[in-house]
Amino acid sequence: MATLDDVASPKAKRKLTGYWLILPGALWLGAFFVIPFYSLISASLFNPKGSPLTGYNMSWHFHNFVSAIDQYHAEIIRSLVYAGIATLTCLVVGYVLAYAIAFKAGRWQNLMLVMVIAPFFTSFLLRTLSWKLILSDDGKVVSFANWIHLTNVLHWVHLTSTDDRLLATPFAVIAGLTYNFLPFMVLPLYASLEKIDIRLIEASSDLYASPIRGFAKVTFPLSLPGVVAGTLLTFIPAAGDYINATLLGDPNTRMVGNVIQGLFTTQGDFANAGALSVILMVIIVGMVLVYVRTAGTEELV
Amino acid sequence: MSPLFRIKRWIGDHLILGLGLLVLVYTFVPIAVVVLMSFNDSSKSKNVYVFKSWTWQNWLHPFKPAGMGGDVLLSIEIALVATAIATVIGTMAAFGIVRHRFAGRGIANLVIFLPMASPEIVMGSSLLALFVATGFGGHLGFITIVIAHVMFCLSFVIITVKARLTGLDDNLEQAAMDLYANERETFWRVTFPLVLPGIVSAALLSFSLSFDDFIITNLNAGQRVTFPMFVYGANQRGVPMQVNVIGTAMFVIAITIVLVGEFGRRRREKLLAA
Amino acid sequence: MSQVHEAPAGVSAPSGSRDLILKQLTKEYATFTAVKSLDLVVPQGSFFALLGPSGCGKTTTLRMVAGLETPTSGTIHLGETEVTYDKPYRRPVNTVFQNYALFPHLNISKNVAFGLERRGVIDVKRQVAEMLELVELTSQANKKPAQMSGGQQQRVALARALINKPEVLLLDEPLGALDLKLRRGMQLELKRIQTEVGLTFVHVTHDQEEAMTMADTIAVMNQGVIEQMGAPNELYENPKTTFVANFLGQSNLIGGEIEGRDGDHVKVRVQGALASIPTDRAHSESGKGWLGIRPEKVLIAETGQPIDAPGDVITGGYITDVSFVGVSTQYMVKMPWGQELMVFEQNTGARRMLPVGTKVDISWRPEYAFLLDASQDAKAGIEEE
Repeated sequence: MATLDDVASPKAKRKLTGYWLILPGALWLGAFFVIPFYSLISASLFNPKGSPLTGYNMSWHFHNFVSAIDQYHAEIIRSLVYAGIATLTCLVVGYVLAYAIAFKAGRWQNLMLVMVIAPFFTSFLLRTLSWKLILSDDGKVVSFANWIHLTNVLHWVHLTSTDDRLLATPFAVIAGLTYNFLPFMVLPLYASLEKIDIRLIEASSDLYASPIRGFAKVTFPLSLPGVVAGTLLTFIPAAGDYINATLLGDPNTRMVGNVIQGLFTTQGDFANAGALSVILMVIIVGMVLVYVRTAGTEELV
Repeated sequence: MSPLFRIKRWIGDHLILGLGLLVLVYTFVPIAVVVLMSFNDSSKSKNVYVFKSWTWQNWLHPFKPAGMGGDVLLSIEIALVATAIATVIGTMAAFGIVRHRFAGRGIANLVIFLPMASPEIVMGSSLLALFVATGFGGHLGFITIVIAHVMFCLSFVIITVKARLTGLDDNLEQAAMDLYANERETFWRVTFPLVLPGIVSAALLSFSLSFDDFIITNLNAGQRVTFPMFVYGANQRGVPMQVNVIGTAMFVIAITIVLVGEFGRRRREKLLAA
Repeated sequence: MSQVHEAPAGVSAPSGSRDLILKQLTKEYATFTAVKSLDLVVPQGSFFALLGPSGCGKTTTLRMVAGLETPTSGTIHLGETEVTYDKPYRRPVNTVFQNYALFPHLNISKNVAFGLERRGVIDVKRQVAEMLELVELTSQANKKPAQMSGGQQQRVALARALINKPEVLLLDEPLGALDLKLRRGMQLELKRIQTEVGLTFVHVTHDQEEAMTMADTIAVMNQGVIEQMGAPNELYENPKTTFVANFLGQSNLIGGEIEGRDGDHVKVRVQGALASIPTDRAHSESGKGWLGIRPEKVLIAETGQPIDAPGDVITGGYITDVSFVGVSTQYMVKMPWGQELMVFEQNTGARRMLPVGTKVDISWRPEYAFLLDASQDAKAGIEEE
């Protein structure tokens, strides 16, 4: 006859199985995602007099942070502003699309979802290069924008430097960021909109009469987890991106990513590059912590 | 009902769908440009990226630009290896997380979430800092690229498989056990086939993420050049139109896989229903 | 006449029979005890129902028999063989799950063949064909579960379990997801199949009507213990606890003082009247008691009119509510001591419906009343909905 111990032992074994299963993934992420942050932080404290060839002295050189902020604060602020505008635009445009897919698409729902991720199927760089063609100076888009005086408005709000072109301006960089990160906004928005019981929306149209009030009081608050997730997933990579700034901008639209990339590769200044990366990451971690407090990680993951 | 009211109602009903479709069209414009440019005869134009005239030459000789063929091949090799590793260990981790209770769940979830929410430039530079600090600074290449790609694909694999696994009804496995399938048979005949679609989408996602990555790869590639690095470099020298052939081909292949899968599923269901 | 008896500890079933025997079966969770020291014998070939509200431990009991939960203590035997800790795939027991749990990636015939294939049986094809014939799904063999209606899925789940010819077939609320009309049809169908194949069926349900329609024997479970067990009519006519009296049908429970035994009757003083209850229906013989009487056993007449009952007539009530439900008329009668009693009267056409406010007398035949210990909650087992 089996005893209680026999019954208990498979459970204990099963517990260990769990650890074995996650071990390889945990090791990989630990070794190549978590530990590198330590390397990055120590690099940010290197004595900047060294070089990748001669090696660096770890000298607790906190001055790197001061000098990084001092030299590159314009790029840092520019990155946050560009990413911020792009995120807001994505939120508005992405909400319309996510709402249409969740509530209006009917049997085309799956197809529309595939179309949202379809741009991922071709190269991100090539799609960004395409914008170069679309926004080019003698192109149809520019003449149309001229005709409706959009270029004048953009110039007036300082998103372009002249009033007759779009390419190689902050506007082009922000447009590129918006375009490239839109799916990261749409998918979480769709996921949380889709969970909303359609009857709640119907009930709200019954109670609040005006569809706009109903949306503000019911639909939008219920989709808030998606809004939080989408904004983070858009803002964070956008703030660190430098492809759009390189391909669609000019030297005046350099973002913090351009600087870090340049310092690491062409200038070999690991100390300042590390300090700048850490600064960017601190800003990001601050935002994630706020997110974790409001929504909890389990919701998103 | 007055006709005016009816028109207003129709617009009200279809306005959002229409706007949504407009957004989708917008996301497809650059893809259309990529396809168009793959037929562009522009071997002479260097810095100006414009459509000159129609040609089949790019499609007939897609690997004509020096070095591009090798770079595409390298990207495919890296994507295959990284996808294989990330899919296997990511799927295992997803099973571990969903099916087993263990200490440190909250931290595990955070560590899985963070790579998706970290700027690539920070992840790439930290990895480079690690490689340099551990003395691999001079050995950057295939292996370091694969290490980096597996790292950022893992989170996506875990989340995709996890979603599928969480949606699985426990009763199905219990039913299998009740019907004389032991643990191993239950896993291979019930659990695995039901989770497989999630694993396949995770693998496809990994492949496209890996094939397309530039920022992290660029920092950790050493002397090796992947296809995205080729494109980025070409932007400074003048873009050969053949890159658009590769872009178009990739797009067509991926869309075909997805659509065939979807239509196959629908057709099977229809046939069976008949 | 019950085929089922509570198993005295240490007495095993007669050799050769394959009764399902649970001894002292207990399941404890961290915060509560789901099943408390359950003793039960389900005779081979019977249709047995475990009836109780949700959370009473009936499903946990079923899952322990299936091997899907491990008991904290106690044993489970099939005849002489102990199966308490056997893996689910090692016991000759199959389950029809509440939500059917059909494998969505396999078609109907593959679903039905699953168990046979795992055991390496040879003529799987023929047996599957026969089984689909039995549940009338031959034409659907190639469909996937998602393409079938709830009723069809239910029959597939049944076929998938039955084809293995288990010694015990467990049914976990198998009809719960079906609409009322389909459920009635399936109840008769299940009963027919059970009679045809002659297997032991253990059926878990919270629907007392379903249990009474189908089962030979019902065990009423509440808070982890069996309150009472017996044939449906036995349980209904002679409940031993207030929980059974209320959960199985409806009861009027009137407080009274038990005066003691008098020959083969027990006398109870109820609100001034003296009632006598046959000893085999009196489950308490002293102190305070609940006198129970089913609503359809209460006889009613306008004050002063004759009532066809040999016992005492209680007078002074008046009707507060009347509902006409076709086969019967249901009255609520407010008694002088403030309690409202339910009275169901068959619509035989012998008398017109009494309007609200009518002063009435009530009575009943003593052999229909029952007597319960008043230490129990009079409202136990009334479903709050």
